[in-house]
Amino acid sequence: MSKRTIIPIGPYHALQEEPEFFKLHVEDETVVHLDIELGYNHRGIEKLSESKTFEETIFLVERICGICSTSHPLACVQAVEDAGNIKVPERALFIRSAIGELERIHSHLLWLGLAGHFIGFNTIWMWAWRFREDVLNILELLTGNRNHYGMMKPGGVRRDINKTDIPVVEKLLDDLQDPIKMFRDAVIQDPLIHARTKDVGILTLEKAIAYGALGPTARASGYDIDVRRDHPHAAYSMVDFDVITCEKGDVFDKAVVRILEMFESIRIIQQCLKQLEKFGGPIDSNPRFVAAGEGIGQYEAPRGEVFHYVRSDGSNRPIRHKVRAPSFMNVPTNRETVPGSTVADATIILAAVDPCYCCTERMAVAVDSICGDRLLDSRDLIRLSCEKTDRLMAETGLSGPSLPNY
Amino acid sequence: MNGAINALTRSLNVFHLGGSACNNCDIEILDALTPRYDLERFGITLVGSIRHADVLLVSGIFNRKAAIRAQELLAQVPKPYLVLGIGGCPCTGLMFRDSYNWDRPPSDYMQIDAFVPGCPPKPEAIISAVVKVVEGLRSGALVPRCLQESGGMVEKAATEVADTA
Amino acid sequence: MKENPMGNNDIITAIRAQLGEPTLNPESKSGRRAYLDIPAERLEQSSRVMLDEFGARFQIATAVDTAAGYEVLYHWALDENDCVVTFKILLEHSTPELDSIALMCPAAEWIEREMWELMGIQFNGHPDMRHLLLADDWPEGNYPMRKNHGATS
Repeated sequence: MSKRTIIPIGPYHALQEEPEFFKLHVEDETVVHLDIELGYNHRGIEKLSESKTFEETIFLVERICGICSTSHPLACVQAVEDAGNIKVPERALFIRSAIGELERIHSHLLWLGLAGHFIGFNTIWMWAWRFREDVLNILELLTGNRNHYGMMKPGGVRRDINKTDIPVVEKLLDDLQDPIKMFRDAVIQDPLIHARTKDVGILTLEKAIAYGALGPTARASGYDIDVRRDHPHAAYSMVDFDVITCEKGDVFDKAVVRILEMFESIRIIQQCLKQLEKFGGPIDSNPRFVAAGEGIGQYEAPRGEVFHYVRSDGSNRPIRHKVRAPSFMNVPTNRETVPGSTVADATIILAAVDPCYCCTERMAVAVDSICGDRLLDSRDLIRLSCEKTDRLMAETGLSGPSLPNY
Repeated sequence: MNGAINALTRSLNVFHLGGSACNNCDIEILDALTPRYDLERFGITLVGSIRHADVLLVSGIFNRKAAIRAQELLAQVPKPYLVLGIGGCPCTGLMFRDSYNWDRPPSDYMQIDAFVPGCPPKPEAIISAVVKVVEGLRSGALVPRCLQESGGMVEKAATEVADTA
Repeated sequence: MKENPMGNNDIITAIRAQLGEPTLNPESKSGRRAYLDIPAERLEQSSRVMLDEFGARFQIATAVDTAAGYEVLYHWALDENDCVVTFKILLEHSTPELDSIALMCPAAEWIEREMWELMGIQFNGHPDMRHLLLADDWPEGNYPMRKNHGATS
């Protein structure tokens, strides 16, 4: 008779930066059920927002998530502008998109590094994060901070981009092309990465639609949605870019979508910078108040659509502020993708959704009761994942993605 | 300086304990391990189990659920150990102070030896804090709070605020 | 993307025709936003129309505590028409109850749990109603997002 074991991942798991708890119910090596428990990150931000002014709430929502830290402010200011019929000068729209796309690049590089680490390729981690540092340098140059940029405000942006900084950014973007090509080739063509990620954690198109999946998680399954194209905002209707989709929805496709999206982000930023270089203009329409009303703001964060709803009664505070991060829709898809996989694969499948628990204000958790006579903790799970990679290397003679030693 | 504390001054095992954090400090901590900052050259390694920890890097405000788990975990850390509060959240709770899901500051139940303010503090600031704390241990100016009977502010305990680099 | 998608005012007209001409809220300023008053008992049928007839994407739901009662908003994205249609359902403070749509729309499962635990809206027929964010020992009847309109203490 097969043994049933429950394996908790979390709440303080070395491979996921945030406390969360996924409990895998395992029979022999196969995951038969996944429990998700949240709540370790819930800070009551929607309630806090009701006691902040419209300008203060931007700083509050920025700290919902450190990785997509400009996505929430962008969606939030758009919701406020929608509610109050506030216009935004064109120059500000280009700055918004430029900063947003720089964030996308740094976020995807971050994910790529962690994904490499989870399956035992620390070289990918070190290289991805090394190039991510260059993106953070540029963000610090433009906004004053590596993270938490404080760029957005209702009616525009808080800082302009200096003409003298533009060539520096353009050079960085040119210099990033080769490393991203390196990652693309290392990941997309490497047979060992294929063995670890192809046909692993498949999310079908039908399930992606049913769960309302978003972002690369959805597009990897062939669900062709992208808020930048479908609900144009910021400068996205004024630039050219392609929306990247795949078909199978496995971990491999999710990686491919994220890597190829980085090239599109570079394209978008280059087009924005050209406009900013050529034309001047105000960056803020200086709204004095938010008229009573309701507004919705949507932004395509690196993980998918961020949705903010704001209701104003004409005073200086929102009377209701709803925040919905993409991971709220994406994390439940794990119930479809993890059961049926092996324990060694569970960790990369969970990570493939690029969960941002702080955004979701949730932690995936598992049940408290423990049964079975074998209990693995989080270090064992990483070890299992890396051991699978080692086993594959031994069986196939393959050596993994070719990246120069750092 | 006794042997146990002496051991804290070299080859540090660092455990990251995040509680309801936005992740920015967490990423900057991980950043400190990557080639640009390369904490490993100081003999500092990130460990996956709190039972192996010499230093806890604590981030976030620790909401009600996280606080309970954190206290369970803290009971497992072998003494002596140091606790560094990374970022504005463990210092003051920042703008989350009035949240319905926040009970009390982490410093109420964690003996935090040093605070590193910033939102987030740069990796240089985090490294600088670790170095300062180690120097404080070596010189005797800093006694790990986990070893202090009173658990309160002791003259020699340095709750130094690291300069942001 | 569809060839020649309907302009957003046209899609709103088409949706209203299928939903029994619900009132178009004055908030609906541009073709990109439509706020429709939907009676509570028509929620399930109206949701089916959005999903099956118009291929809408469920974005999220928002519960709002107003002086007039609890408003529950269901936000539907029409990605091919650059439009968000929002159902507005008003519930009496004394009977905050709605039928769950989680079985036909798995995307709604978590948010119904959140609206129950933070605002105290009962979702009849939810397949797995329990705490999502708050601790299991959170005091019963304590709904943090409620504003307690008209309360004197």
